[in-house]
Formats: sequence, structure tokens, C-alpha cells
Amino acid sequence: MNDPYFDLLMWARGPGFTIALVVLAGGIILRLTEILFLGRKTDLAPAKGNAVVAGLKTIFTRSVPREGLVKFSPVTYIGGYVFHIAFFIAFLLFGPHIALIKSVIGLSWPDAGRVIIESAAVIALVAMLALLYSRITDPVRRSISGFQDYLVWVLTVLPLITGYIAVNKLIGDGTLMMALHILSAEMLMIAFPFTKLMHAVTFITSRYYNGAIQGRKGAES
Amino acid sequence: MTATFERGLNALREQIDAPVASFFSSCVSCGLCAEACIFYRETGDPKYTPIHKLDLMRRLWKREFTVFGRLGSLIGLSPQITDDDLTEWEDLIYDSCTMCGRCSMVCPVGNDLTMMLRKMREGMSASGHAPAELIGAAERHTDLGSPMGELHPALHAQVRHAIKNTGIEITFDEPGVDYMAIYSAQEIAEYPDVIGAMARIFKKAGVSWTISNDAFEATNVGVQLGNRDVARTLVQRVVDAAEKLGVKYVISPECGHAYQAMRWEGPNLIGRPYKFGVVHIIELLDQLRAEGKLTLKGKDKRKLTFHDPCQINRRGGINAEPRRLMNMVADNFVETDDAGTMNWCCSGGGGAGAIERGADLRFKAFNSKKRQFEKVNPDSIVTMCAYCHHTLDEQLEAHGMETEVLGLTELIAEYLDDEPAANA
Repeated sequence: MNDPYFDLLMWARGPGFTIALVVLAGGIILRLTEILFLGRKTDLAPAKGNAVVAGLKTIFTRSVPREGLVKFSPVTYIGGYVFHIAFFIAFLLFGPHIALIKSVIGLSWPDAGRVIIESAAVIALVAMLALLYSRITDPVRRSISGFQDYLVWVLTVLPLITGYIAVNKLIGDGTLMMALHILSAEMLMIAFPFTKLMHAVTFITSRYYNGAIQGRKGAES
Repeated sequence: MTATFERGLNALREQIDAPVASFFSSCVSCGLCAEACIFYRETGDPKYTPIHKLDLMRRLWKREFTVFGRLGSLIGLSPQITDDDLTEWEDLIYDSCTMCGRCSMVCPVGNDLTMMLRKMREGMSASGHAPAELIGAAERHTDLGSPMGELHPALHAQVRHAIKNTGIEITFDEPGVDYMAIYSAQEIAEYPDVIGAMARIFKKAGVSWTISNDAFEATNVGVQLGNRDVARTLVQRVVDAAEKLGVKYVISPECGHAYQAMRWEGPNLIGRPYKFGVVHIIELLDQLRAEGKLTLKGKDKRKLTFHDPCQINRRGGINAEPRRLMNMVADNFVETDDAGTMNWCCSGGGGAGAIERGADLRFKAFNSKKRQFEKVNPDSIVTMCAYCHHTLDEQLEAHGMETEVLGLTELIAEYLDDEPAANA
């Protein structure tokens, strides 16, 4: 008998995933190309410090907030840390995800227990809700937020919600929920290169440039 | 060349490079840059959020430098910025940003917002949206030699005073010396004691130096205005004078943006490296200290604190040098909170201090600094930028504080052990 949910799941796992992966990889390459090909002029002022070393260092050191600043935006700082850590635990340490990644790039690593994965998903979701609340209520964040900020919020939480529901078979048909989970992740993948989600790649170049510009002058970054 | 909207757009387009594209691609609208900005912190107005100040540049980048933006513009999704937009942004780009660089230090994705704001000013200036005060200063600087107008007679008068007070010969246009000193107009007009201070220190340390009649003005309004043509012309004057004299170094004075202009932007503005080095006066004094050529007699007993000029410390990398000198000359040197790299701006930098309509805003913005000084409660505040010195004097008085402000070079000279030289 023909099962439309099963067919949807098969499409999501097959052609849908391939399309999403191609758009993700191709989009990232396109975006990085359009950024890096703009180039930058050679700095003719004699350097005082090592720009490359400072740039590479800043990629890591900028992960730590400046002393005394957390208290001014606790939700953004703490919510940001908690979300990123919990999201990556749920994404990278879940057995089926690891199997999928292995099928694509051939690398794998040990998975974490289900309690850890599910807790991480819930924690990531709570952090996202806190960040959304802050974005709506804080005058600065509200004033600088546009449609895309809310769109990427939705695209980020959907895989967390659908994944949690599918794994725990909370509501609806299990096959359908799994298909929706995969499709929501594919939407995230497709949107990634063309939205602010791209910061997950360009934060590396941005931190490098900042550190290199400052480091060349012998200044901190 | 006449400023037009099209020229402004072109100037802005020319400023968009890989770092700018990377920075805009990375911003997640977290708003943390607002917390680093004195103008937001002291007013609570979200319009002063640094990334918002750059929104027009972001829109231009998105529309013309991204595939999606270009496609969107075809169906009207990415409207072009307008002349009215630039008019609306003028006070955000000039009055409420001193290019202090604090926002660039806190952005979690590493965006150098200050560098982008400096670039944004190129578009504002070329489109005729720069403040009249800065345009006037640029015209005076270009035509008469200094943002304050013709300062030749004043400089010569101050040098004569310095010679009379110190008994040390100070030369003009002397070839074959190692160093050429340049000064900020603020020093010549308001804090001329620095000339005699340098003469005494250099005499004691055996430094050979001169002043050029062709180029003695260190400031560069072109950098503050965001006009590369003006900035290039002003840097070129100093370069020509220094290369004509054949000096090994030009001494950048106690002036924040002069150091940025001469040391870091200058070679890029004129399109080639200099045939001489640029050293900040405080770097040079610290070097003389390290070589044992700067010996003092006694220490200042007052409680002294230090104000870091943003362009010299945070954006210029000169942080340890003034502190070594302060510890050498001060018996009771106390740092304020956030001293050093994360120091708060005096509220007048980047040309903002010259803009009349921004006076009330700067008065509010100074409160960050005021609270820090009140906590330390120093007898005197020492700094190494004449414009910071001027702004601190002005704001301390406006806020009813009577704390004295001192220049570090003059303070060092006050305690210089040079009796035999001075009496020679």
C-alpha cells in the first residue's frame, strides 16, 4: 500500500537531502567567493606587530567576552553560549546524526546518550526562547532586528522541536514527524548561506580580519 | 571636486572590501556593540547602536555586492539608499561617533565597526553630508596650513618663547638631523609648553631634531572628515618636508588621530612607504628611558591618573609605553577602571569635538569618564593627546570639576634631571 508519509520521508532522506547539501555547500562557496574576491589593499605602513598571529589568535580569544560586559547584556551573552553549546551537542553527538555525517564525509565519533541529547535540545530551545524574548523586549535589539533575524530564529528552532517530537513520538505520525524533522533541517541548510546563519562560517574571517588589523599596529583585539 | 550624491555612492562603493563584506555577513544583530558605545551608554537611545550607524553601508553592500541582493534589487526588494537617508544619518556618523574603537573590541563575531565607520565617512563627505565645522577646518588646513588657519607666526612665537625659557636652541629646516618634530594645532595654540619640554628632553638625551617650516602641522582633518584627497594632501606635505630634510624619523606628537593619519593611514594614502620612520613622542620617550638617556630627579607626589587616547592606545597599540613613563615620574599613579585598551573616550575625538550641534550630546557622553575620575579622585589627570587634553579641560569645567590635566611629555620634562644642560 502506498504510504505518503513514508514516501515523504524517503524523499527527504534522498533527493531532498542531496538538494539541501548541494545548496549548502555551493552557497557557502559562492558567498565566501563573493566576500574574499573583493580583496583588500596591501597595507603599506610598516607593521609593528604580527598581523597573521594576532588574526589567528583573535579567532579564539573573541569567544570570551570582555571583562565586565556580561552584566550589561546577560541574556545575550549567557543565552548565546548556552544555545550554541547545547545545539552542537544535540546536532553533533546524536547517533543518527553521526551516521548521516559519516555517510557524507566519512568521519565519525562516539555518540552521547539519549538523556544528554534530549536535555541539550530542550536547553537549546529554552535559550532560543530567552534570546527571542530579549530581541523583542530590549530596545536596542528590537530596533536593529529585521525580518531575517526572526526568520533564522524560526529556521533554527524548527529542527530542535521536530527532532524532539519525532524521537519521543510525542504527537502525530512517527514517520511524518521524522520527515518533517529532516525537511526542517534541510530548510536550515538551504537558508544557511544566504542569511545571517552564514555567521557560523564568516565569524572566522571576521575575527581574523579584526585581529590582523589591530595586531599589525601592535594593538590588542 | 563638488560633492554630489553619486560621488558619495561611488566613494562608498570603493570602500567595500573583503573585511567589510565579511563583517556584514557575520552580524547577527546581537546589539552588544551598543554597550561599548559612550553615546548609547549615556543616553540609552538605540539609534546610537554602532551597527545601526552603519546600516546605509550595509544596505549598499547587500544590494550591490551579494548575489541575492542583486537579484532582489531587480524585483525591488533591495531599494537603493537615497540622499535623504544620508542626510538623516549625518549626526550618527559624525556627532555621535568618536571612532574610539570600543565597539570593535566587543563584537562577538569580530566586526571592526570603527574601521567601517571611518569608511562610511568617505561616502558622507563625498556626497556633501559632512558637518560644516569639519569642512571649514579642512579648507583652512588645505589653504592656510592648519585647521586653525595660518599658524606660522604663532609657531615661531612659541618657539622663541621656548628658546628663551630653556636656553636651548631650536632650529627650523635644519638638514642632517635625525628627527623632524610636527605638532598639533591644539599644542601650538593651547599647550605650547610641549615645545620647550621636547627641547630639554632631546638636549639631555642627545637627540638631534628640527622643525620644518614647510610642514609643522600634524593633524589631519581629512581623516576625520572622511576625505581621502584632503587626507592625502596633508600627509604628502609632511612626507615631502621630511624627505627633503632627509630625517630618519618624524615624531608624531601628542595627538591621537595625527598618529593614526601619519603612522598607519599615511603610506596607504600616498600609495607608497615613507623613506623615514614615524615614531610617537611617547614611544620615543620610552625608548630614551630604556636606553638610560632619560633620567629624572624626584617624582611627582600628587595622586595622578592617566587618560588613554583611543587612537594612540586602543587603535594605535601604544599601551605599555606611557605606563612605564608614568611609573617613572609619578609617586602615586592610580589607574581608573577600564584603563588601557578598554578606556572610555574623552567624548571629543574623531572630529566630534568640533561639531557645535553635538555639544549637549558630548556633555552627556562624558559622564562615563566623569564617574571613573570621581572614583579615583586624582589630583591631576595625565594624557598624551592635546585634543583629549582640550576636551578633558572643557568637560571637567562644564561638569564642575576642578581637576588639572597635564601632558605626559611636559610632566616628564618637569622632573628631567638636566640642570647642567638647561643652564648651559
